[in-house]
Amino acid sequence: MSSRADRRPALRLSLTARLAGALALIFALGGIAVGVAALAYGRSAAQQSYDRLLIGAATQIADALSVRGGEVVVDLPVSAFELLSLAPDDRIVYAIHDPAGRLLTGYDTLRPPPSQATFFNATFRGEPVRVAHVRRPFAERSFSGVVEVLVGQTTRARARLANQITRNALIAAGIAGLVMSGLAVFAVRSALQPLRRIERDIAGRPPHDLTPVTVAVPREIASLVAALNRFVARLDRQVGVMRNLIADASHQLRTPIAAVRAQAELAADETDPERLRAAVARIHRRSVTLGRLADQLLSHALIIHRADSAALARIDLRTVAIRTLEQTDHDLLGDGIRPHLDLPEDPVWAEGDPLSLVEASKNLVLNALRHGQPPVTLTVRVAAGTACIAVRDAGPGMPAAQWADAGARFARSRGVSADSAGLGLAIVQAVATAHKGRLAFRRTAGGTFEAAIDLPAADRGGA
Amino acid sequence: MSLRALLGLALLLLAPEASAQADPEATRGFGATDAPRTLLVRGTTDIALFGPVLGAFVAASPEVRVEYEQWSSNGLYAAGEAACTADAADADLLISSAVDQLVKLVNDGCARPYRSARTDRLPAGASWRDEIFGITREPAVLVYNRDLVPASQAPRSRFDLIDLLRPADSPYAGRVATYDIEASGLGYLFAFVDSRQATTFGSLIEAFGRSGAVATCCSAEIIDGVIAGRFLVAYNVLGSYALARAETAPNLAVVAPDDYTLVLSRAAMLPAGARNPDDAGLLLDFLLSDAGRRELAAARLIVDLDEPDETLLTLPSGSAVLRQIPLSPVLLVGLDRQKRARFLELWRGTFTTE
Repeated sequence: MSSRADRRPALRLSLTARLAGALALIFALGGIAVGVAALAYGRSAAQQSYDRLLIGAATQIADALSVRGGEVVVDLPVSAFELLSLAPDDRIVYAIHDPAGRLLTGYDTLRPPPSQATFFNATFRGEPVRVAHVRRPFAERSFSGVVEVLVGQTTRARARLANQITRNALIAAGIAGLVMSGLAVFAVRSALQPLRRIERDIAGRPPHDLTPVTVAVPREIASLVAALNRFVARLDRQVGVMRNLIADASHQLRTPIAAVRAQAELAADETDPERLRAAVARIHRRSVTLGRLADQLLSHALIIHRADSAALARIDLRTVAIRTLEQTDHDLLGDGIRPHLDLPEDPVWAEGDPLSLVEASKNLVLNALRHGQPPVTLTVRVAAGTACIAVRDAGPGMPAAQWADAGARFARSRGVSADSAGLGLAIVQAVATAHKGRLAFRRTAGGTFEAAIDLPAADRGGA
Repeated sequence: MSLRALLGLALLLLAPEASAQADPEATRGFGATDAPRTLLVRGTTDIALFGPVLGAFVAASPEVRVEYEQWSSNGLYAAGEAACTADAADADLLISSAVDQLVKLVNDGCARPYRSARTDRLPAGASWRDEIFGITREPAVLVYNRDLVPASQAPRSRFDLIDLLRPADSPYAGRVATYDIEASGLGYLFAFVDSRQATTFGSLIEAFGRSGAVATCCSAEIIDGVIAGRFLVAYNVLGSYALARAETAPNLAVVAPDDYTLVLSRAAMLPAGARNPDDAGLLLDFLLSDAGRRELAAARLIVDLDEPDETLLTLPSGSAVLRQIPLSPVLLVGLDRQKRARFLELWRGTFTTE
């Protein structure tokens, strides 16, 4: 217990930090993805718009071609160049070639590409240019063939537009990211709100309040609250056991201790050896009773504690019965009455804690020996899903009216006897309940009285 | 004739620009001869006009000596293109009124970019790619001889000019001059831009052709011809030169045409092969500065067209008719080989060159 308290839980990263980290990662990856996409989109959008400009200009020039006297005449339209100057800072390169590949006008450095591509990239005196390629076929009497019109432009305006589009897209994405971050912070806060409510509920409790937490929480942390409540209930039971132990001890032990002390005082003043011996014998008897009582109280507390905390294992109830008799023998060495053992051939499986069950059976046996008529028989059996460890005696048994509350502490109407504090059946009851079973009394067909612990039987090969 | 001479002749015919390449019309140095740094500037502007501007520059930056070479626009372009093609060293700054040629040099990757607070303040159309910059503001004007042209006939627009030339026995026949657009890059630019502005251009050159108008070289020659009375009217003369001459020649009337007035911004660019680009940038910044603009205005290279306090210039009634020639790749169209050939063919069919 102390070792667990000393081991402080290692402080892990806060939930907010973890969520922030995850969100930052998502935003970073998303930002990179958006950036790459924006760049690609910006480039293709700029490329498309300025390609249209180029093809428009080239088409205008091609339309202005004419054939006069067997020669192609190029009347360069000013409007084509005005169109091109919409890209305000870009140099223009153009060339018009006749079907034989001779330059009609323009720049001789610009040649048609071997492919038929409408657009291609080239360089023009040290600067990259994008070139549109338009073909104008002629079929005149004096001239036929395809005149190739090439119009190119440097790429400043494209680059600028692409950058602009990319920058705007990134700004938009950045704003969206900020808004999403804000929403994420809000969502995290509101998601953690139930935890704060639970914290406030627990922190605000008086020291002895061990009732379940009833704060309304979302489904995701309901299981946490349920586990917390189970823990609180166990704590509550254990605190109850402790409280009972203290109450029982003060209630049960005070009188016998006072009696022992009184008799010891009397014995101290006694001078007659005969009466002194009798007084000492009385003190001894009382001490034995007192010891048994203390034993039972501690046992009760121990069993109830174990019932809550010990892990249940698959056990054979026959083993429990044998161990019970071994330990009972010890206690009743002087009386010479031996209980009988009636065990089946096959194992009787149940889920349970052997120590508690042995203790409970021992109590049943002791009760039978003390209050019943011999012969006393300890039997184990299984029937209809119920495994049962039972003690029979030939006596009339407890009146049926007392069966229902026989398991309560100090239920006996007779009160505390010299031999027993009346805790025996309470222990049995607690153990049976902890094993999801019950304490049962019945009269058998043979006229004997039976006190039994009924437990759910475990599968033959299960668990 | 020897083979070599034939070859030389052929080369000369094939590459007339190459022959113009090596000959600046005039040169002059500004600043101390022992200045630590030298800047070579090539321009089409007359030294007489541009000299004071450069003088002011070297006064402000005495550590720089400026060598100024005055070139014809075609020669300047050919030299720039040749240097660019050969990746050779070039002048440090080119300043030309034939801005289309400089635009083409920029388009062909022959310029180096330059940026400063002053170039960033230039309006759209006054610079391109941070490689070519408009530094002046000069209208294309009509000039006429006040003594020989009666006030009632004084032309105020292109329509007036067409009307003057219409009668078969017009006294203006053979006495109207304009640039020879084959020889003058600026003349070609004005004519080409004119051809895009209005259908007036067709009627105008038709009238020129019918009346035997004279196409000749060079602003100075044309203006002198008008002052001397050899020509009565000259069309598309650069306003800056005309106004400078009008100061001393009271019979020279300068008119910014009423239908529309082309406004030229003489352009400067740093060639890719500039040896001293830093000082070229320094000069460019000076030309764009308030002090530089004051000097350019004093040289009439910046003509105030918005505040008509000029007594020498007859301005159009509204500034809406001012048409700035923007520095843009659209100007490349006029320099297209076929386009230029066809345009010149049209021109030649019309004009008798003097």
